[in-house]
Parts: sequence; structure tokens; C-alpha cells
Amino acid sequence: MLAPGFADPVHDAQGTFRAVMDALARPGQPRPLAPGLTPPAPLTPELAAVALALTDADTPVWLDAALAAAPDVAAYLRFHTGAPLTDDPAQAAFALIRDPGRCPPLGRFAPGTPAYPDTSTTLVLACEAITEGEGLHLAGPGIAGTVRLAAAPLPEGFVTQLAANRADFPLGVDLILTAPGRVAGLPRSTAVSEG
Amino acid sequence: MIRRAILKAIAVPGYQVPFASREMPMPYGWGTGGVQVTAAILGRSDVLKVIDQGADDTTNAVSIRRFFARTSGVATTTRTREATIIQTRHRIPETPLAEGQTLVYQVPIPEPLRFLEPRETETRQLHALAEYGAMHVKLYEDISRHGHIATTYAYPVEVAGRYVMDPSPTPKFDNPKMDDCPALQLFGAGRERRIYAVPPYTRVRSLDFEDHPFRVQEFTQPCALCGASGHYLDEVVTDDAGGRMYVCSDTDICETRVEEAGR
Repeated sequence: MLAPGFADPVHDAQGTFRAVMDALARPGQPRPLAPGLTPPAPLTPELAAVALALTDADTPVWLDAALAAAPDVAAYLRFHTGAPLTDDPAQAAFALIRDPGRCPPLGRFAPGTPAYPDTSTTLVLACEAITEGEGLHLAGPGIAGTVRLAAAPLPEGFVTQLAANRADFPLGVDLILTAPGRVAGLPRSTAVSEG
Repeated sequence: MIRRAILKAIAVPGYQVPFASREMPMPYGWGTGGVQVTAAILGRSDVLKVIDQGADDTTNAVSIRRFFARTSGVATTTRTREATIIQTRHRIPETPLAEGQTLVYQVPIPEPLRFLEPRETETRQLHALAEYGAMHVKLYEDISRHGHIATTYAYPVEVAGRYVMDPSPTPKFDNPKMDDCPALQLFGAGRERRIYAVPPYTRVRSLDFEDHPFRVQEFTQPCALCGASGHYLDEVVTDDAGGRMYVCSDTDICETRVEEAGR
């Protein structure tokens, strides 16, 4: 049987959006996210919550290999969001990444256009843990000075890829990192270094 | 969809994200953009404050505050410190904003270059190329005509070193408050269908010249009610014989100061 969506669609979607908004507005400060969803494996509750809150028929969604291999996941997302699924990362408004270690290069996703940089892909990564106060050094809009943020697993050559992404500003992809019970934002405006 | 636009606006500070503006139970020009942004972010635990030219008690502010209290059941306040979301028309509160607060601006014309270049296709290219020479020429013409930059409201700013943005028709007095502000600032233009944002702790620089640096208005007298200096003052005509007084445009801080003085 199809797993249910949000128990309280209005307030759960608002709460999820608000957590994501606050996380993107303050990179390096993870927000709590407890959506209470039981999506089909390997989709995580946090990935499912972001998808249910933010995607609809206007937003092509790209699934990574781990998610695409599970037909239940596609059925769940199609039913609850109505979002079309795409095989082409460059066409995706949102990309759900269950296995960040095998995420395709960020350059394969849509970077937006100079006139419309908002048409870029938002990547949602399912990490196992997000920890503030250690790891990568972040600076930029939303951050007073610098902050530190660690997440694992992350895509290969993550810092180098983010530097290339940042260099093309205002073009570039935006990242939402999730872990059990938490969400953190890495918008394209954030400068990331190993420190 | 409005929520997605807000996320992209935060990711590209100062860039105007197009969005499909909805019909609102109020006419364009009364804050339909601000109302849509507020409605998109508002949740059960929020406390909402609405100001119109700094005042909590004018028609527009009272109507919008009541609208949200009635439709969403959210708590409302007139105290800047207690609010988590402040929807504003053309002022930034005098009380410094804090982390965890969100300021939602009602914006009539979001495009700072619109009066210089009426074609949207052209202004979009100018933003894409970061070609803002025309704006500097406009400010320079002010100087050549008046001896100083005569723009006093909707004074253009550069956000995070990239996009030139219209801060909405706030007096330029408020521009310095936008710089490095701990609160998130969201801008909604309903009729023009644009949303843009300034994340917290973001550099917001008012455009100027080395020999004509940006300066805010100064008032020669303190507020007639609370005695504050350094606040933005409104001129109130008190009779038909030329009588007038100057009072704080921010009613919350003025009332708070009067109450505290009376104690």
C-alpha cells in the first residue's frame, strides 16, 4: 500500500519549508526537521518532507541511482507531489540524492541562466550526520564572519566542486543537506573552504 | 511556488525572482506582495507585527494584521521585540532587529532601473551583465543639478557586491539598517510579480561617490512626544496657522519611550 504523506498537510508543509528557508538564510546553522513521514525505502523522511513541501507539477525532479532503483519511491513521489520525474539532471528543478558519495558532478545540474539564475537545480542530499562547529569553513551572506559545518557522506571533491559553483555566481546550484532530524543549507552564495 | 521563489531569492541576494502573483482580497498597491510572502512563511508559532510608514495603527497595518489574525489564527503584536515576522510598508523599525526575525517589505516597483529603462527585457540584461552605469549617471545628474544626491527614498543599494536593488520606498534614513542586519529581509511585489531577499549579515551598500558619500537625513529637533533624537520623524500639521510638530514615525518605539518616561 502507498505510504501516507503529511498528517497535517498545511502545517507540516509550512514547517518543513520554514526549516529549509531558515537553513538557507543562515548557512552553517542546521535547523531541526521532524516530518513524521514513513516513506518507502531508501527515501529518507527528510528527503520526502522536502519533496512533499516544495515540489509540484511545475518542478521536474531527478532521482539518483539509489532512489531510481526503487519503483515505490517514484510512485510515492508521483502520487503525493504530482511532480514529473526526469532522467536528465540538467532539466531538474530538484534533485534528490540518497547516496551523496555517488552524486554526479554539480556541473551536470542546471546552473540557471544569466538572465534567470533562479532556474537552477536545488540538490537535496541525504547525509548520515550534520555537525556544526567543525569541518568546513563557510562564509558569505547569512553568516556573521565564518562558521563551521561538517556533514557526511559528501560528494567527491566537494570543496573543489563548490568553489567552481561559487565562481560562476550568480549562476550555480543550491544545496540542501539533510540528516536524520536536521536540515542545513548551502546556497550558491556561500564560500566554502577546508580551512 | 511562492516558497520556491523565496528560497531562490535567498540564494541569490538582491536578484528579483519572478513569481505567479495571486489574487489577494485587497487591491494592488495595498501590499499584495507583502501579504503573499507573509502568508507563505507564516506558521503557528509566529508572532506578527504589521507597520505602515512606521505606524501600527493606520488602516493598511490594522487591516493586514486583522486579516492574518482571522485567517491563520496567528498571534499579533505591535511590539517590535516580540515579533518574529514584521510586514512593513516603507519603514524599518528603529528598534534594532534580532536573529530569528524576518522583515517582509511591501514593494510597489521592484526594479531599481525601471525609470531609466522601461523595457523589462533590457533591465534583465543589465542585471545579468551587472551593468549599473545608468544608475550612477542618475545619481551624478542629481549632483550636477542640486549639488548633492537628491534621492531621499527608494535609494538604490548594492547587495553582497553584485545586484543593485530597490530597497522599496523606505526613506534613505533606513538604508544603513539593512546592512549586516541580523534579521532576514524579504521583499514582495504583487503587481510586478517579483520576490527578492537580503539574507542576514549581508553587505548592503548605498550607491554613492567618493566625493559625495552617502548620507542620511538629519533632523534638527527631537520627537515632540518622546523626545528621541536620531529617529525618523514625521511632520504633523496641528492647525491652520502654520503650527506643526515632528513626531517619531515608528509608533511602537515612541509609545514605549513615553510609557517608560511616565513611570
